[in-house]
Amino acid sequence: MALDSKVPKGPIKDKWTDYKNHIDLVNPANKRNIDIIVVGTGLAGGSAAATLAELGYNVKAFAYQDSPRRAHSIAAQGGINAAKNYQGDGDSTYRLFYDTVKGGDYRSREANVYRLAEVSANIIDQCVAQGVPFARDYGGLLDNRSFGGVLVSRTFYAKGQTGQQLLLGAYSALNRQIARGKIEMFNRHEMLDVVKVDGKARGIIARNLITGEIERHSAHAVVIASGGYGNVYFLSTNAMGSNATAAWKIHKKGAYFANPCYTQIHPTCIPRSGDYQSKLTLMSESLRNDGRIWVPKNMDDVLAIREGRKKPTELSEEERDYYLERRYPAFGNLVPRDVASRAAKERCDAGYGVNATGEAVYLDFKTAINRYGKEQAKISGITNPSEAKIYELGQALIEEKYGNLFQMYEKIVDENPYKTPMMIYPATHYTMGGVWVDYNLMTTVPGLYCIGEANFSDHGANRLGASALMQGLADGYFVLPYTIGNYLSNDIRTGKISTDTTEFDEAEKEVKNKIDFFINNNGSKSVDYFHKRLGKVMWDKVGMARTEEGLKEAMSEIKAIREEFWKEVKVPGTAAEMNPELEKAGRVADFLELGELFAKDALDRNESCGGHFREESVELDGEQKGEAKRNDKDYAYVSAWEYKGEPADAVLHKEELEFKDIELKQRSYK
Amino acid sequence: MNLTLKIWRQKGPQDKGQMVDYKVTDISEHMSFLEMMDVLNEQLINSGDEPVAFDHDCREGICGMCSMYINGEAHGPDRGVTTCQLHMRMFKDGDTITIEPFRAAAFPVIKDLVVDRMAFERIQQAGGYISINTSGNTQDGNAIPISKHAADEAMDAATCIGCGACVASCKNSSAMLFVGAKVSQYALLPQGQVEAADRVKNMVAQMDLEGFGNCTNTGACEIECPKGISLENIARMNREFLKANVKG
Ligand SMILES: Cc1cc2nc3c(=O)[nH]c(=O)nc-3n(C[C@H](O)[C@H](O)[C@H](O)COP(=O)(O)OP(=O)(O)OC[C@H]3O[C@@H](n4cnc5c(N)ncnc54)[C@H](O)[C@@H]3O)c2cc1C
Ligand code: SF4
Ligand code: FES
Repeated sequence: MALDSKVPKGPIKDKWTDYKNHIDLVNPANKRNIDIIVVGTGLAGGSAAATLAELGYNVKAFAYQDSPRRAHSIAAQGGINAAKNYQGDGDSTYRLFYDTVKGGDYRSREANVYRLAEVSANIIDQCVAQGVPFARDYGGLLDNRSFGGVLVSRTFYAKGQTGQQLLLGAYSALNRQIARGKIEMFNRHEMLDVVKVDGKARGIIARNLITGEIERHSAHAVVIASGGYGNVYFLSTNAMGSNATAAWKIHKKGAYFANPCYTQIHPTCIPRSGDYQSKLTLMSESLRNDGRIWVPKNMDDVLAIREGRKKPTELSEEERDYYLERRYPAFGNLVPRDVASRAAKERCDAGYGVNATGEAVYLDFKTAINRYGKEQAKISGITNPSEAKIYELGQALIEEKYGNLFQMYEKIVDENPYKTPMMIYPATHYTMGGVWVDYNLMTTVPGLYCIGEANFSDHGANRLGASALMQGLADGYFVLPYTIGNYLSNDIRTGKISTDTTEFDEAEKEVKNKIDFFINNNGSKSVDYFHKRLGKVMWDKVGMARTEEGLKEAMSEIKAIREEFWKEVKVPGTAAEMNPELEKAGRVADFLELGELFAKDALDRNESCGGHFREESVELDGEQKGEAKRNDKDYAYVSAWEYKGEPADAVLHKEELEFKDIELKQRSYK
Repeated sequence: MNLTLKIWRQKGPQDKGQMVDYKVTDISEHMSFLEMMDVLNEQLINSGDEPVAFDHDCREGICGMCSMYINGEAHGPDRGVTTCQLHMRMFKDGDTITIEPFRAAAFPVIKDLVVDRMAFERIQQAGGYISINTSGNTQDGNAIPISKHAADEAMDAATCIGCGACVASCKNSSAMLFVGAKVSQYALLPQGQVEAADRVKNMVAQMDLEGFGNCTNTGACEIECPKGISLENIARMNREFLKANVKG
């Protein structure tokens, strides 16, 4: 099948408006006869479900947690972008569009990104109307902060809990529709397969996680909003339950999977402390507004610090290497995430890591505390403030901005980050890759949509900070409700979809067989044992720097782990009860397939772009020496993989990317 | 360190349940409490026993999923943290730790340490929203200035994670802190004024219907709340409630 992105004709500025003016609509009376399933109620799914219900469709929504409020969107800290230009610093729809395409290293679809930038401003209005308590300045107007990779201040925030507040906003809209009976909410339910009838998505098979019951649900269209697959690395900033199952199951039923190798390794996370580590915690990128990143210049100091003979605070300015400011004077500590992460790895690989594992760099707030302290002293009219007073005032301001993050850090590391610099290291954070969708957000299966982090659409090879929340809400509130209507206008006479058909029988049987297999396998090793092994291969060979040799090894090692998993995995308990190990087993089985495709995709892409860094593809000389080298001639395409059984046999389809409104340029943050 | 764990085991909602003793060894002080539980579960799986079921997801103190009652305190001995943020450095070698689910009539046990908190969902559905459609046809976000003070205070109330520790800590199993936080968030913002009276009446009515107890001002909830939600929110809700009923 040839990939058709269905991007509307016409100038980029008019595409979305024209599109909306010309789509078919479903009249309100008919919407009542149409059912939509939404899998996932994070920002993307929650906002979509609420809006679709408001429009009059009957919505069935699913989440594996006990409440929509607990989706992992809740953990987003730093903020959400919007081209409001409230700061009057030259922001515009075009600039947000440009920054996102450039930040994504020219691997995203222009038309989608432009639409995202276009609807962004409205998201803020919508959320304010819902009662989202965004930060305000003293004049009562909305406040902004800056994020990496851009030169304007367009990020809206609610302290360090922006995702929480936005999700609670969507949750409130969802609750309003649940109360009206327009949404039926299935908490503690996991989707385990999609059901196709005559080639169209017409329902799902789900497991009730309390009783273990396998259920059939039908609908006229199915929307997947199940989040990202970062947990393929075992350790990530994702939630313990974050998974690829919904996305992978639809892939196996015909939805192409795009750019699996584009992963974001976030530069500022709390370093690992031991083998028992179950997840990694992010320290928001917003901290890079005020924190300076460094390692010692001299190896002697590195060793002294590691051995506890010296404290980082004892090092003078001259003894510190602010390596981002040194290498990238124009953007300094605010370079995009992929650049910051590789730079940290480079220093640590060279031996300059500052903790026992050698995998940590400093994020230091001393300069900011001093600067703010002096400013505050001036504002409060204190003449000749003492050092201590300046520090106190500065600390109070930092606390107001990032208090919850500092507290979180202190609880985990047991050190006071106001007094001593934080230690940070990169960790897997976000997956730009995901299910391939066209301009309508529809997958290669008719009637099957994919939104939010689960799809591949807007961030190319690297996502800019504060743009995932924007995308999730744009998809759910403002894009999908239009595009899905266009599709459903053909379904007004279809009538209720029966679940009493052979298609449902078969899908259900397949799901049940797999569950029975796990319960009866009686192997010798726990699910986590395999997940950790997979994670290690992924991190070592498909992590921040990749080589042909490493990727080939990764593919065969993952395959071997997968084969062993199916022989040796042990799942205690029964199928007909709450069984967290059984849930994990299904998810890890899918990660073990996805991981191999991931490596295969990385192998195919013999260029460095965004979060994907191939050691074979770097600039050899000039000002950019050693920096990632993109290859537009051969790789300016989206890789969309078609399932053919074994992951190694997946077939590549290319969506060639055209850049009409932005000139293709090598990124430079120097 | 080596520890003895006394854990509530209950096979299902109908099972009576009981405390069972376990031993774990070589626990690092840098582990989180849930990582210690992972160690126990791995041990149980390897020895052919059933692992302990418990709720958790984000493991960074924000989703509100984790919910253990540890040594007689919701989320354990540390202050301002959820169970998942509690670290083993709060304990010492040789300690015995009791671990139970969050208990309340309105939170029935599903299995082991997992409870059903759907009552919270129904309270939110009763009025925890502003009736505005998500069509995007709203006024500009800066059209109504909101004082920084009000915005900050609303934000403080809005940081509730819906964990239920307040209920579990209260001798009456009252949900006033949780409901008060939501009512306060909207009461403090101009957007929430239009429906203020209906909201507080409906949410309180649902709260009573779910079987949560009364508030007798003992303040245990505020102490155990991992997000520092203040008792002031309960007072504000009471004022809102009075106001709503005066208006009729
Ligand atoms: C720690 C952290 C901080 C972040 N900070 C920011 C930030 O500051 N700014 C920003 O823009 N982005 C940030 N991000 C990224 C952003 O939060 C996510 O990309 C985004 O919230 C994803 O939303 P979503 O709706 O696609 O998925 P999620 O919120 O992950 O929701 C997934 C939903 O799918 C459900 N689900 C999954 N699988 C199944 C299944 N099989 N069956 C049924 N239900 C299922 C879940 O229950 C859940 O409801 C951050 C991410 C992390 C991890
Ligand atoms: S008020 Fe505090 S204890 Fe109660 S649910 Fe909210 S966060 Fe948890
Ligand atoms: S697991 Fe999310 S708050 Fe503890």
